[in-house]
Amino acid sequence: MTDPQRSPSETILASLPRRRRAEARFRIYGIAAIGVALAFLVLLIGAIGSKGIGAFAQAEIALDVTLDESVLDPSGARDPEILSSANYRAVVRAALGEIFPDAVRKRRDRRKLMGLVSAGAGFELRERVLEDPELIGRTMRVWLPADDEVDMLLKGATARDSGRFTEKQLAWLDRLEEDGRIRSAFNWRFFSSGDSREPELAGILGAISGSFFALVTCLALSFPLGVMTAIYLEEFAPHNRWTDLIEININNLAAVPSIVFGLLGLAIFLGFMGLTRSAPLVGGMVLALMTLPTIIIATRASLRAVPPSIREAAIGLGASRMQAMLHHTLPLAMPGIMTGTIIGMAQALGESAPLIMIGMVAFIVDVPQGLLDPASALPVQIYIWADSPERAFAEKTAAAIIVLLAFLVAMNLTAVILRRRFERRW
Amino acid sequence: MDMSPSNAAPKLTARGVNVFYGDAHVLKQVDLEIREHEVTALIGPSGCGKSTFLRCLNRMNDLIEICRVDGDVRLDGEDIYDPAVDLVYLRARIGMVFQKPNPFPKSIYDNVSYGPKIHGLARSRAEMDDIVSSSLGRAGLWEEVKDRLDAPATGLSGGQQQRLCIARAIAVRPEVILMDEPCSALDPIATARIEALIDELRQNFTIVIVTHSMQQAARVSQRTAFFHLGDLVEVGDTDTVFTKPVDPRTESYISGHIG
Repeated sequence: MTDPQRSPSETILASLPRRRRAEARFRIYGIAAIGVALAFLVLLIGAIGSKGIGAFAQAEIALDVTLDESVLDPSGARDPEILSSANYRAVVRAALGEIFPDAVRKRRDRRKLMGLVSAGAGFELRERVLEDPELIGRTMRVWLPADDEVDMLLKGATARDSGRFTEKQLAWLDRLEEDGRIRSAFNWRFFSSGDSREPELAGILGAISGSFFALVTCLALSFPLGVMTAIYLEEFAPHNRWTDLIEININNLAAVPSIVFGLLGLAIFLGFMGLTRSAPLVGGMVLALMTLPTIIIATRASLRAVPPSIREAAIGLGASRMQAMLHHTLPLAMPGIMTGTIIGMAQALGESAPLIMIGMVAFIVDVPQGLLDPASALPVQIYIWADSPERAFAEKTAAAIIVLLAFLVAMNLTAVILRRRFERRW
Repeated sequence: MDMSPSNAAPKLTARGVNVFYGDAHVLKQVDLEIREHEVTALIGPSGCGKSTFLRCLNRMNDLIEICRVDGDVRLDGEDIYDPAVDLVYLRARIGMVFQKPNPFPKSIYDNVSYGPKIHGLARSRAEMDDIVSSSLGRAGLWEEVKDRLDAPATGLSGGQQQRLCIARAIAVRPEVILMDEPCSALDPIATARIEALIDELRQNFTIVIVTHSMQQAARVSQRTAFFHLGDLVEVGDTDTVFTKPVDPRTESYISGHIG
């Protein structure tokens, strides 16, 4: 094998450059791999960010609205029921007529003109009046949301000659702009309202609270169940064929596609148990099924990471197994358990398939107030919007993805911080 | 009380003890008497079964699933392997100090008070304070830690940690203390302190110590048992075992030929 003329140290010396080159090559491969991954990440965030950032602004049109008593409340009783069913669109139309007296004469033009303002402009006025009926009879300047097509035009997303606007409409818009009646404002509605057919009125609050209620249910079910299962398997269960089988199946469950859990939830929670469709309660139960294996595996790993000497010390002092577990092992494993749980929750937050299976995909305008109210969830909302034909929803989709990513990053950061802060070394 | 070694009453008796790890027969037909208020040293080369035997005495081997113990072990004449025996009560009577110092990652005070707390030995905070200070005092650690009882125990040096573990064990006021190579992770100075401590503790406790240092066995124990390959080869007064061993295996171990 070895050259008899060479001493071992010469052989080693001769091989050094080759080894060094191999090492340098490997380092370059590594850097290249990370570079590619980072480039894709930047591309993803850049694409979503540039698409979605626009949704945080919304074009508004200022109108001098006269809240005419003869239109809104002819009887003068200020009955909330009458006030809430009054014709606020007529008020908006009248305000537009003040600016464009010629346009409101012809019926076709009137429709086109009304199309510039959001269909929800009347609702906004109604909210204000219901809040303060004293406003009736007064004239005031109000900023009302523009229609989504107008919004897109002003943001430059659609061209003027795209055929979506008539010459007249473009002229009216120019006039409004000249008069300083058009502005771009921060889109509060996006964070304070539920879904809507009108992109300019659609918000994610409904989806966020749906996700919130589902996650609360998921946590309340999967955390105690998962931790108790893990404790039993680690500390008390005998090691035999049955526990091996259970262990293999828990690991298998972690790899089961989430839509299968959705089907299971549909069959059992809705079909067999007859629970409410579209409810965050059921969504949370399905997500809990999915999160359980993650939590069990993370808990067992962190329990096993606690040195057995601590447990032996407690048992040697006469602590029962339960006391050794609850007083020593479990508290020491807690940071790891929390980290695993948060990561499981983050997974659950991003999950849409199982929620679609149990009907959390419906068009729901009202913001859910409880576990049984019909709701959607953030990723499902993204799915619904991505499927909508209106151009403005593309922007909303990207904005909702930004919000979802922000939540995920925040949760994962919490996990990292928890791990850093409470990590213990022996 | 008569403290002379030869007349002391047996505290623990083992008769025909066999231990199996799965199919491996690691301890064969061991008969041993451990006398009250004496230090009994278990010596022998690595893997001879001395630690395994020690762990039979407070049933720590129960924690190892594949481990099976046969035979008869009696504490004050009561069979400790009787199914009716409560392990919590047994381990409160037979304390243990481990090879590597293993303080709980809590304060010094909490380490010592843990045993008394779970057994309900103190009715008030003042009583607990007494137990903690007297236990630390007997373990020779009080002077060093009395001003920082709330400090984390893991911040102590190795020797201090081991004395803390001894204090933690005696805080429960056991009758027997089992020590599994308590000095193997310590430097010579810390070792000397622990050895002196063991000698003092003999006044109140019965001590069984596993050690792989023959010098240590000679220094601290009154009786010595020599294990080899799972057999209890020889047991007798420490002086006799070290000066006039009966079995040739004992002699060659003591003179440094095996082990």
